[in-house]
Amino acid sequence: MEFLYASEVLANGLMAGVMYSLVALGFVLIYKASGVFNYAQGVMALFAAMTLVGIMEGRVPFAHLINAAFGVHVSSFGWTVPGLFAILLTALIMVGLAIAIEKLVLKHLVGQEPIILFMATIGLAWFLEGLGDVMWGADVKVLDVGLPQGISETVETMTDNWLGYGFFIDRLDIWAAVIAAALVAALVGFSQYTKQGRAMRAVADDHQAALSVGISLQFIWIMVWSIAGFVALVAGIMWGTKSGVQFSLSLIALKALPVLMLGGFTSIPGAIVGGLIIGMGEKLFEYFVGSMVGGATENWFAYVLALIFLVFRPQGLFGERIIERV
Amino acid sequence: MTMQEGYTTADGRQIGGVLMDLRNITLRFGGVTAIKDISFDIREGEIRAIIGPNGAGKSSMLNVISGFYVPQEGEIWFKGYRRGPMKPYEVARLGIARTFQNIALFDGMSVLDNIMTGRLNMMKAPIWSQALWWGRAEREEVENREQVEKIIDFLEIQNIRKTPVGRLPYGLKKRVELARALAAEPRILLLDEPMAGMNVEEKEDMCRFILDVNDEFGTTIALIEHDMGVVMDLSDRVVVMDYGRKIGDGTPDEVRSNPEVISAYLGVAHE
Amino acid sequence: MFYREAGDFKTSYRDDGQTFPIRLDRWGYYAILAVAFLVVPFVIDSYWANAVLVPFLIYAIAAIGLNILTGYAGQVSLGTGGFMAVGAYAVYKLMTSFPGVPIVVHIVLAGAITAVVGVLFGLPSLRIKGFYLAVATLAAQFFLVWLFNKVPWFYNYSASGQINAPERTILGWAVTGPATTASAKYLICLVFAVVLAWVARNLTRGSVGRKWMAIRDMDIAAEIIGVNPLTAKLSAFAVSSFFVGIAGALLFSVYLGAAEASEAFGINKSFLVLFMIIIGGLGSIFGSFAGAAFLVLLPVLLKNVLVAQFGWPTDLAAHIELMIVGALIVFFLIVEPHGLARLWALTKEKLRLWPFPH
Repeated sequence: MEFLYASEVLANGLMAGVMYSLVALGFVLIYKASGVFNYAQGVMALFAAMTLVGIMEGRVPFAHLINAAFGVHVSSFGWTVPGLFAILLTALIMVGLAIAIEKLVLKHLVGQEPIILFMATIGLAWFLEGLGDVMWGADVKVLDVGLPQGISETVETMTDNWLGYGFFIDRLDIWAAVIAAALVAALVGFSQYTKQGRAMRAVADDHQAALSVGISLQFIWIMVWSIAGFVALVAGIMWGTKSGVQFSLSLIALKALPVLMLGGFTSIPGAIVGGLIIGMGEKLFEYFVGSMVGGATENWFAYVLALIFLVFRPQGLFGERIIERV
Repeated sequence: MTMQEGYTTADGRQIGGVLMDLRNITLRFGGVTAIKDISFDIREGEIRAIIGPNGAGKSSMLNVISGFYVPQEGEIWFKGYRRGPMKPYEVARLGIARTFQNIALFDGMSVLDNIMTGRLNMMKAPIWSQALWWGRAEREEVENREQVEKIIDFLEIQNIRKTPVGRLPYGLKKRVELARALAAEPRILLLDEPMAGMNVEEKEDMCRFILDVNDEFGTTIALIEHDMGVVMDLSDRVVVMDYGRKIGDGTPDEVRSNPEVISAYLGVAHE
Repeated sequence: MFYREAGDFKTSYRDDGQTFPIRLDRWGYYAILAVAFLVVPFVIDSYWANAVLVPFLIYAIAAIGLNILTGYAGQVSLGTGGFMAVGAYAVYKLMTSFPGVPIVVHIVLAGAITAVVGVLFGLPSLRIKGFYLAVATLAAQFFLVWLFNKVPWFYNYSASGQINAPERTILGWAVTGPATTASAKYLICLVFAVVLAWVARNLTRGSVGRKWMAIRDMDIAAEIIGVNPLTAKLSAFAVSSFFVGIAGALLFSVYLGAAEASEAFGINKSFLVLFMIIIGGLGSIFGSFAGAAFLVLLPVLLKNVLVAQFGWPTDLAAHIELMIVGALIVFFLIVEPHGLARLWALTKEKLRLWPFPH
């Protein structure tokens, strides 16, 4: 029975891990193609989710600002937009955001040290967070694009029949896993079998060489940031549906960082495996150890695990080993 | 010529006994053998060159001497003692300083500060003394600054003392790097392609400095160089490497007439 | 009187290494110190102390601390908030356990305790670099805050989970607790800030500072010329954490009076201090002060203009502040990675040539 209960914890951890993997995936894509360690990936997910809710509910963008500046009281256009169409619009906005980031930030930071780029994305994260709040308000928003939610009775009955113990698993988590798998498959297909995908991999391998065979770096970067924006949107939909669209979403997304440290910054399978390990690990740790030390170990478990792990294998599980030379 | 006694060079300088002895050094990276069973010695006060075509393993050899790479086989004897496996900074403290092929200066610091880093191992003031800038820390700073100023005068870089090194042209950077290595007052000075990428005038300056360093401070110098002409003029004895092996060792004249060396540099001679 | 060094000759290496090589700078510096010590304490009111000057001085100390680690030694840390929490809880435990010992001793000891913790979390820096290390320091941030929240011993089992600073005096003047006057708060922070800035300046111009900068600029070369990366990095972590710990101790005991770990020392504190040194200037003591002043003043200014003048809601002003700070970070990294300090230096360079720029 103890074992079965732990298995249930494990299964739920796996599902949380899928979410981490989704955000981590966005990091890896950008890092591989542009060498930028995009701290703002989590805030991009938050921003995408906020925008999606804003569009669906027909909110007036910058309503707060307009009201304050002109002394009017606008808040809503009075219409609602169907989920799928709103997702499409949000995806377009994320592409626009990618273009703006390339033009306003990345272009001017070419050739800077990685750590400077990293700090620039921290600035970007703050800007986006403020922008999201100014555009759509800082209230906790409910996001419902029609994904099934609630405890899956099928799983409960099935496990009850087989094992004599019904697993409680949220249907949303199952869907998240399926969608995440589909997304990864689509991304792998894209990078392996399309012209743009090959160009993307070429840039990831060697900027100079890619430039010299006529690949437009600018185009690739916009494309990669757009894809990352789309991945952020998917992650935002999942997280937002699960726990509401609010600031803590970007903090949860911070956990993608230790995921990457486990998996290595350059490896897509690494992002997936790392996410699953962290998701399961923190749930199991909380279950077995957390109760003894006052709980809420999920706040730090991922980071400490990654830290300990890094000391012994600095390049991560799947990362490439770095040979130093002078 | 025996191990202990040393010899007299063509220009009449007296060379001492063996300072560093490398015995049967082998260095591998994974499956690649960069250095294969090489032995040679460096004597007190001489200018010793290591030459060879690209990829011969010269830089790897220098990295072994300076402790950056640890060879899988072989022994390194320095000042009569066998050197165990050491960290690079421990090797530096034994009195081995070096310059780098692709200049490795500290770009965020001034020329003066860069050269002062060469003397870090001689500055041992406790941290509280440094924090209060009082007592030993201040005294050490002034004493070491005096030594560094001598080197600055010697290398004729007085006017760029306070300039950030990032702004300097290539030739001057090379000179600052030499100054940093000299500041450590090394027993052996390792120079990794000191003349690479320089124009004729800069090369002449650098040659003069190398000879002067050897002459005035009596510093033993081991250098790697591509430019055959320069090497032959400069050095007392030359080791020739090719594909990780030693194919020649001796005075410039001996090496020049060694058939294996000729074929390595010019390809196999056509009859 | 022209601003230049012509005629201001140095006759010894000792003079050449001093902090303000130009005479006018020296005078200006003494003038500022005189005003800060002799004038401000008599005119300061509690608004200026609480909204501007005290937080400015405390954050300046934290910024100097982080600048030593990040700007001088090149190790990026996102754990500043966690280390400030160590300083705060250390001073709290010391104050309540040894009420007879002077508060200044407690604050310095709190810094020392933070230094030990900092070294502990700095150990991974020997294996990992760059943003790997930055992310690893997040472990310190989250773990430490969690620890102070979950282990009741740290907050003396108080029901609220908060820590409250009891009243302590220096020469009969209360410096902590509710009875503290604005000028007492200001003066104790000023003394710490001035002394610590002077210490930081001494350390960074001497041999340990050169070791840090060598590691920052090219760690491999530094090791080959004889810098032991272990001692160089760990000493940077220790000194940096010492400063940050003192800032945390002052923030809690003098400024806030009461604190709760996750609220007062959350991840946003870490970013705030990091932003201060980016905007102020990496690798500059003056920049640490400039950056702290800037980010302390910005919200005050926005509040005064947007909220008080235009009557906008406070939360909107806070969101706009986020946008401005974020945009400024990106702007500074693009245009001037050395921050306000560099801009100031360029201005002085121009002044030196004025009025004959060619």
